[in-house]
Parts: sequence; C-alpha cells; structure tokens
Amino acid sequence: MQRRVIFRGTLLPCLLVAPQLAVTLVFFFWPAGQAFWQSLHREDPFGLSSRFVGLDNFAAVLADPDYADAILRTLVFSVAVTALVLAPSLLLAVMADRVVKAAAAYKTVLLLPYAVAPAVAGVLWLFLFYPNVGLLGLALTALGVEWNYFLNGAQAMALVVIASAWKQISYNFLFFLAGLQSIPKALLEAAAIDGANARRRFWTIVFPLLSPTAFFLIVVDIVYAFFDTFAVIRSVTRGGPGKATEILVYKVYYDGWEAQDLNASAAQSVILMAIVVALTALQFRYVERRVHY
Amino acid sequence: MRARPASLDWLPHLVLWAGIAIIAFPIYITFVASSLTPQDILAGMPLLPGAHLFQNYRDALVSGVAATSGVSVARMLWNSLVMALIIALGKIAISLLSAYAVVFFRFPLRMAVFWMIFVTLMLPVEVRIVPTYKVVADLGMIDSFAGLTVPLIASATATLLFRQFFLTIPDELVEAAKIDGAGPLRFLLDTVIPLSRTNLAALFVILFIYGWNQFLWPLIVTDSAPMTTIVIGLTRMIGTGDGRTDWDIVMATAILAMLPPALVVVLMQRWFVKGLIESEK
Repeated sequence: MQRRVIFRGTLLPCLLVAPQLAVTLVFFFWPAGQAFWQSLHREDPFGLSSRFVGLDNFAAVLADPDYADAILRTLVFSVAVTALVLAPSLLLAVMADRVVKAAAAYKTVLLLPYAVAPAVAGVLWLFLFYPNVGLLGLALTALGVEWNYFLNGAQAMALVVIASAWKQISYNFLFFLAGLQSIPKALLEAAAIDGANARRRFWTIVFPLLSPTAFFLIVVDIVYAFFDTFAVIRSVTRGGPGKATEILVYKVYYDGWEAQDLNASAAQSVILMAIVVALTALQFRYVERRVHY
Repeated sequence: MRARPASLDWLPHLVLWAGIAIIAFPIYITFVASSLTPQDILAGMPLLPGAHLFQNYRDALVSGVAATSGVSVARMLWNSLVMALIIALGKIAISLLSAYAVVFFRFPLRMAVFWMIFVTLMLPVEVRIVPTYKVVADLGMIDSFAGLTVPLIASATATLLFRQFFLTIPDELVEAAKIDGAGPLRFLLDTVIPLSRTNLAALFVILFIYGWNQFLWPLIVTDSAPMTTIVIGLTRMIGTGDGRTDWDIVMATAILAMLPPALVVVLMQRWFVKGLIESEK
C-alpha cells in the first residue's frame, strides 16, 4: 500500500530513517550475524583462533541428550502455560461480556498482571509457595504433600508454569473480550428467537467466530512461553533443581553467558532464531485471517 | 439479551469475583507481607495487614538490604524510571520519524529499510545475548544508561503501528499543506503529530511497561550496584534456599516495583487497551 500524494526529496527521508536504521544495524543485525558466523566456526580453548567447521556445532548440539531434554521440557512447559492461560481467560472474558454493572471495575483488576514484570510475578508466586514460609507452601505441607520445589523438579516446573500463566492472563482476556464484543448482537438474538439456549448459542455461534482470536492467542502464548518467561525461571528456580526447569531460552543464556561455551551457544541461538521466524510467520498468518472476520 | 432466565444473572458476577480473587491473591498477600515484621511472616503470616507498613517501606526506600550492597530501593526506582522513559520515548521518536519517511517519501531502498525494521521482530535479545553484549562492550556502553537503553530502542511494532495510521491520513490534508507552502517537517509537526495523539498515548503505555519490566538485558549489561534496576534488585534480595531473606523488605520492594507500571495501566486504561489491540493488527 502506498500514498498517492507525497513529499519530494531524498536527503530528508534518509536522515529521518537513519537513527532507527543505525540501531537496527549495530544492535540487531551485526550481533545476529556474529551469532551466525560463530555457529559455523569453532574457537580454540583460549579464544585465540577459530576455524570453519561447517555444521559441526549444530550436529553437536542436536546430538546432545541435554538439548533433547531441554526441547521436550520447553514443549511441556509451553503447552502447560498456554492451556492454563487460554481456558480461564476465555471463561472470564465470556462472563465479563455478559455483565453490564461493574464491568469496568472487573476489567481493571483483571488487567493488573499485565503491568507486573515477569521477574516480579515470579517473586510473588515464589513467596506464596516458599517451603515452610509461604501460605500455599505451608497449606500443601499441612495437607501432607512434601512440598519443596528446591528439591522436587516436578513441583518447580508447576510453580514456574503457574507464575508464567498468571502474568499472561490479562493479555488473553483483553483479546477474547474484544473478539466477543465484535460479534454482531443481531446474530445471537436471532439464534435466541429460534430457540437456541445460552450453551447452544456459545458453541454454535460465539465459539466458531472466536476461533481466529483463539489461534492468534495460542501463537502469542507459545512465543511468550518460549522467550519471555526467561525472567520467571531465572527469578524462581534458575533452571533447577538440576535442570528440571531449564527451557531452551534459559539454556542458551546459561551455556553462552555463565558457562561461556560460545560455539554451543551460537548454534543454539541460530536454532532459536529459526523458531522465532517460524512462530512470527504463523502469527502474521493468523492476524491476516483474523481481519477477514 | 433478555432471552436468558433472570435467575442466572448472578453467575457471571460469581465467576468474575472468583477470577479476581485468584488473580489478585498474590498481589494482596505481597501487600500484607510488606506490612509485617520478619518474625510475623516466618511464624505463619496473618491474612490482614500489620502495623509495620511505613517502617518497612521507609527502610527499603532509604537503605535497601545487604544483598543489594546497600543500594537503596529509591535509587533502583530512579534507575528503572530513567530506563523506562528513555526506552519508551526513544522508541516512539525514532519509529515516528522512520514511519513518516517510509510513508510520505519515495527514496532509494525505501522498502528494504522497511523490511529491515520489520525483521527485528524476529531477533529478540534472548537469542543473541553474547554478541550483543560484545558490541555494547566495544562501544564502552557497559554499566550506563546508554548501554541499558539504546540497544533496545529500535521498534518494529511502533513503526508498523505508525505506518498503518499514516496511510489513513487523507491526501487532501497533504495537498492543503503543500498549497499553504508547508514543507514536510512543518506538516509533521503541525498536522501529523497532533493527529497521532491517541496512538502516541497508547504506545507510551505499552512501551513504558516494556521498558520498566526489562530483565535479561539489564541483568547482563549492568555490573555495578548503583546501576541496579528495581526488577533486578528485587530478584537479588532473595536468598537461594539457605541464605536468610528479609521477606518484609523484599515484599515492600515488590510492591514498589509493581506500582509505577500498574498506575500507568490503570490511569491510562482506555489508551492502553486500544494500543494493545491495534498494535497486533
């Protein structure tokens, strides 16, 4: 799409895009290129020289059982977070769409988690479930559960899933609510006159019309679970106990930053970039679809 | 919708109240804990606020805790505020200018520039930590506000949103400005920016929260205690299992870390909702 009426000149528009372009080149493309270059080379242990090794680094990463475990863990984590976000936010949006009285007040409270940093969300839930200190940790102990997420990997995973999902509910709620409010009321009234009850109206009209929003949100939530939950994991479990909560984005940070294994980390970076590209393409595909409704 | 039996009218309210109770619970408990003494918290904390509210907040704001090398929470709040404002306003400024250039001019490589900006969506800092750190280190920007903010300041989302909006500005307005002898910069200042007010407000809310809530980048790019942001400082206050944690101060700090972005969301809710939904289109 283009404008018909425009201004003339070449120097001015170049100056106008220069700041954004400079930041993009220096801090996005150059480092991404470096990661790419490094993923195809191997440095000697002292970092003095490096040689081209083709896809050896990728082969090494993909053959590493730790990496396979991290992939599986990431999938489990993302599916759990997405499911735990979608269902409650859809329910809350459907209910918020029905109320007139106090609707704004409900909405304000439900939007709050969006403002909370993922790392802070992690700290809130960490405190609730802190063994022998937090209210819910104590409650679980009182119920006979041996609650200690510092030692139990499954419990640690459950905790980071809950904290991550809590933070993302606002966003999903807002999009579901906007989707619901864009459904023509005449459709629902016609169905009601034809004798369809509330449940039938939901499953035959509302739900199908909402499915593009739902698909869009599934992709957004998966992207969130893959990348933006780093702060939750870092603040709550640091990938532990053992590697029980080490998802891909935490592993690339740990291997590259803390363990300083640059070759493995660069190959992992490139793999993650490929995942982002695929997910972004998917996201825009569903946005396109969404507009048709 | 009057077709529904009136007896079910309480159901949505009940579900919403339950939802709100669950969503607000961790924030409420954090607030209660921030008003207690450490002993109260460790001895099975009560569900109602205690009497140490002001003392805890004063201690946190003025002196901080040992785990953060004595840097006060007030200093961390200041760091976060400066960082969030530079990121939000910087992203808005450079995106506004580049979208204006791409939409209102024809220049060589125009679409190439647009796609380069777009592709940054696919290069989150999480996937290029070490090389980005090296660039910033080579430029001598480690441990400074410039290092904290400039590498994050490119924005595909904001550029796309401005471009979308600029395409809807009627040609007649541009022609009228040209007839009146206004150049492109005058048109930008006098017409385009005033017309973009709601978009600017909406983007500001989203980008301020984005900036305030940054974690990974400040974690690696700031070394010295006085540059600690509030989100990083908060996570450093918590012992890793065996160490002693001053829960009362930690919880007061958590509330302080949530307060500015929460206020922005609540006070600017109308623009925030609009911006969030439009920036995804």
